[in-house]
Amino acid sequence: MNAPAIHRVYLFGTCLIDVFHPRAGMAAVRLLEREGIEVVFPEEQTCCGQPPYNSGYDDEARAVARQVVRRFNEPIPVIVPSGSCAGMLRHHYPSLLADGPLAEAAQDLAARTYELHEFLNRVLQVTWQDHGDPVKIVMHTSCSARREMGVSEDGLALLKQLKGVDVCEPENAEACCGFGGTFAVKMSDISAAMATDKCSAIRATEADQLLSSDCGCLLNIDGMLRKQGANLPAEHLAEFLWKRTGGDTP
Amino acid sequence: MSGFTDHPDQDFGVRIHDALGDAELRESFHGAMTFLRDKRRAQFPDADALETLRDSGAAIRDRALAQLPDLLEQLEDRCRHNGIQVHWAETADDANRIITGLIRAVNGQRIVKGKSMATEEIGLNTALEDAGFTCLESDMGEYIVQQAHETPSHIIMPAIHRNKASIARQFAEQIPDTPYTEDVDELIGTGRRVLRRAFAEADVGISGVNFAIAETGTLCLVENEGNGRMSTTVPDTHIAVMGIEKVIEKLADLPDLMRLLPRSATGQAITTYVNMISGPRREDECDGPRQVHLVLIDNGRSRIYADRQLRATLRCIRCGACMNHCPVYERLGGHAYGTVYPGPIGQVVMPQLFGLDHAGKLTQACSLNGACGEVCPVRIPLPDLIRRLRHEGVSADPASPVRGHGRQRRVSEALIWRAWQWIHTRPAVYRLVTRAATRARRLLPPLPRAWTRHRAPLEPAERSFQEWVRHHKKDHRP
Repeated sequence: MNAPAIHRVYLFGTCLIDVFHPRAGMAAVRLLEREGIEVVFPEEQTCCGQPPYNSGYDDEARAVARQVVRRFNEPIPVIVPSGSCAGMLRHHYPSLLADGPLAEAAQDLAARTYELHEFLNRVLQVTWQDHGDPVKIVMHTSCSARREMGVSEDGLALLKQLKGVDVCEPENAEACCGFGGTFAVKMSDISAAMATDKCSAIRATEADQLLSSDCGCLLNIDGMLRKQGANLPAEHLAEFLWKRTGGDTP
Repeated sequence: MSGFTDHPDQDFGVRIHDALGDAELRESFHGAMTFLRDKRRAQFPDADALETLRDSGAAIRDRALAQLPDLLEQLEDRCRHNGIQVHWAETADDANRIITGLIRAVNGQRIVKGKSMATEEIGLNTALEDAGFTCLESDMGEYIVQQAHETPSHIIMPAIHRNKASIARQFAEQIPDTPYTEDVDELIGTGRRVLRRAFAEADVGISGVNFAIAETGTLCLVENEGNGRMSTTVPDTHIAVMGIEKVIEKLADLPDLMRLLPRSATGQAITTYVNMISGPRREDECDGPRQVHLVLIDNGRSRIYADRQLRATLRCIRCGACMNHCPVYERLGGHAYGTVYPGPIGQVVMPQLFGLDHAGKLTQACSLNGACGEVCPVRIPLPDLIRRLRHEGVSADPASPVRGHGRQRRVSEALIWRAWQWIHTRPAVYRLVTRAATRARRLLPPLPRAWTRHRAPLEPAERSFQEWVRHHKKDHRP
C-alpha cells in the first residue's frame, strides 16, 4: 500500500478508550484527518473480544469478533490506537474464526489492521514540528505492541521528531507492567508485584509525564501511581502527539 | 514448601503469597534471572541470525515429531545394534519399576545420578528409596537440593533459590569435618570431594538425555561439571532415562540444536562437556560401562502428541529460557508452582500431564506478555498454548483432548462472560452501559477489591469517545 493511495481508513476505537481515555480516540481521529484521510467510525463497534478470549471463553469472544469482521468489511486499513486490540484483530481473529464462514474475511481484516503509531510512522510517514515547551517524558511500550505487533520503535520514532521532548524509557523497559487484562484481578498479588516494580522504574526516571499507547497498561500503572500519590500524569501517546504538534485540546 | 505435588492447584494461592512475601527469595531470583538474560543476549548479538537459527531449531524438532513413531523404532533398532538395551515405559510407575529392576539385576548398591528432569518427573529418587536404594545426586545444584530434602526450583539451575550463606551452613552441618565458609570455590571443592568418592565407588550411574539420534543410536548429554560424564562412564551399569519426544532424526540435526541449547539456557556458546554415548565398553576397550540401558518414557506424551496445536509442547529442549524471561517466574521462583517443570513450559506441560482439574489454575499465573514465546529457541508458541489450556479448562466440549477439561469452569465467571457477550453484541445496549458509566463516573459493577487494593479506583471519563464521534461527524457533515 503506498501512502498517497490511502484516502479512507476505519478507526477501531477500543472499549477502554471509549470509556476511560476518549481523548486518545479524538486525537487519533484528528491526527489521521490532518493527513487528509477520511476516518470511518462504524457505530456498531464495542470491544475486540480480548477479555473473554484471554480467559478461555472462545465462544463469547467469537461472537464479538464476527461482529467486527462483518462491520469492518470495506477494503481499507483498520487503525487501532492500542497494541493489544490491534494484535487481537491481526493475530487472533484468523485462528478464532478459522472454522467458520468468516475465515477468509478474518484473514483479510488481519492483513489490513494497523496499530495507530505504526500506521502514522511507517505507512503515512508523517513529519511533524514540535510546538510545546521542553518536557521529559517516560514511554511505556505494551508487551503486545512490542512483541505481538512489533511496533515498539514506531511510537519512539514519532516522539523523536519532537525537538522539545526528552524521551526516556524505564529500566527493564521490556518487562510487563502486570496488567494482562483479567490477570490483574485473578492473580492480583502477582500483578501488583509486577506493577510495583514498573512504577518504581518509571518514577526513577524523574520524568514529567508518562506515556503509553495502550490503555490497559495506562490504567494499571496510572492507577498504582495515583494510589502511591506520585505526581506523574499519564496520557495516551496519541493525545500527547496531537497536542505537541499544533492540535488544540481535542 | 518445596515439594512437588501431582495436585499443584491445591494451595497455589498460598504458595504465591509466601513467595511474594519472601524478600530474600525475590532478590535471589531477580538477580539470577537478570544475569542469565544478559548472558543469553550477549550470545545472540545478531537478531536476524538468531531468528534464522530459531526457524531451524523449530523445523528440526517439528520434523522429528512428525515422524515420531518411526524415529523411535529406528532409535531402538540402532541402539540395540550399538549394544544399548532399550526399555519402554508407558507411565512413571512403569519407568520406576523398570529402573529398579535393572538395578536389582546387577545387584547395584551404590547409585549416582547426573542431572535429569525426566527422573524428577517420574519421582525416581523416591521410588528408589522405597525399594531400599539410595541414589546420590551428582550435579552440584541437585546435590545441594537433595541434601536439604528440597526439590529443584529451576530445570537448569536446581539450587538457584539458595544463597551461598545457606549452602555454607548446610555443608558445615551435614558433611563431616567441614568448616563453615562462604568461599564459593571452597564450597564447590567440598562438594566435589564427596562426589568424587561416590563416583569411584558407584556401580550404577543414571543420567538423562538431551537428544537421542535415531540415525546413529547415539545419546547426547550436555553438562558443565563432568558429573554427567562420570555417571555415564565410571559405573559398570549406565541407565539413561528420556522422554520419547527427545529423539531427533539425524546427526546433522544436532549442530543447530547445540547452537541453541546452551546459549538459550545459560548463555554459554557451548557446555563444558558434550557427551555422545553410543554403547557400552567394547571388547578391546579398557573402560566405560559394561551395560548401557535406555528407558523411554511416555508418561502422557502420546496424549499431548495427538492434538495438532498442543503437539508443539513436545518440541521443548528444556533450556529454561522461558522461565528466565518470565516476569511471573522471576517473582515467584520455581517452588511456588509445585511442579517439576515450573514457569511457562511447566504451565503448559503440567496441566496436560496431571489434568486441568489438578493443574489448570497454573495457567492463570500468566499475563500473556509473550516474553517466553519470544525467546523459545524452538518457537513453541507458549502464550498461545497457555491461552488454549485456559480454554480447555473451561470448555464443556466432550471432544476436548486434555484431561480434566471444563473443570476450571465456574458458573459465576461463565455468567459474567455470557452477560458480557450479550452487551457487546448489542451496540445500542453497549452505548447505554457506557453512557451510564460515564455519567456516574464509576464502573457498574465496580472492579473487585483485587484491583483497588493496589490501585486508585477506575474513573470513567465524562463523555465516551463514541458520543464525541457522533458530534464530530455532525460537525463535519455539509
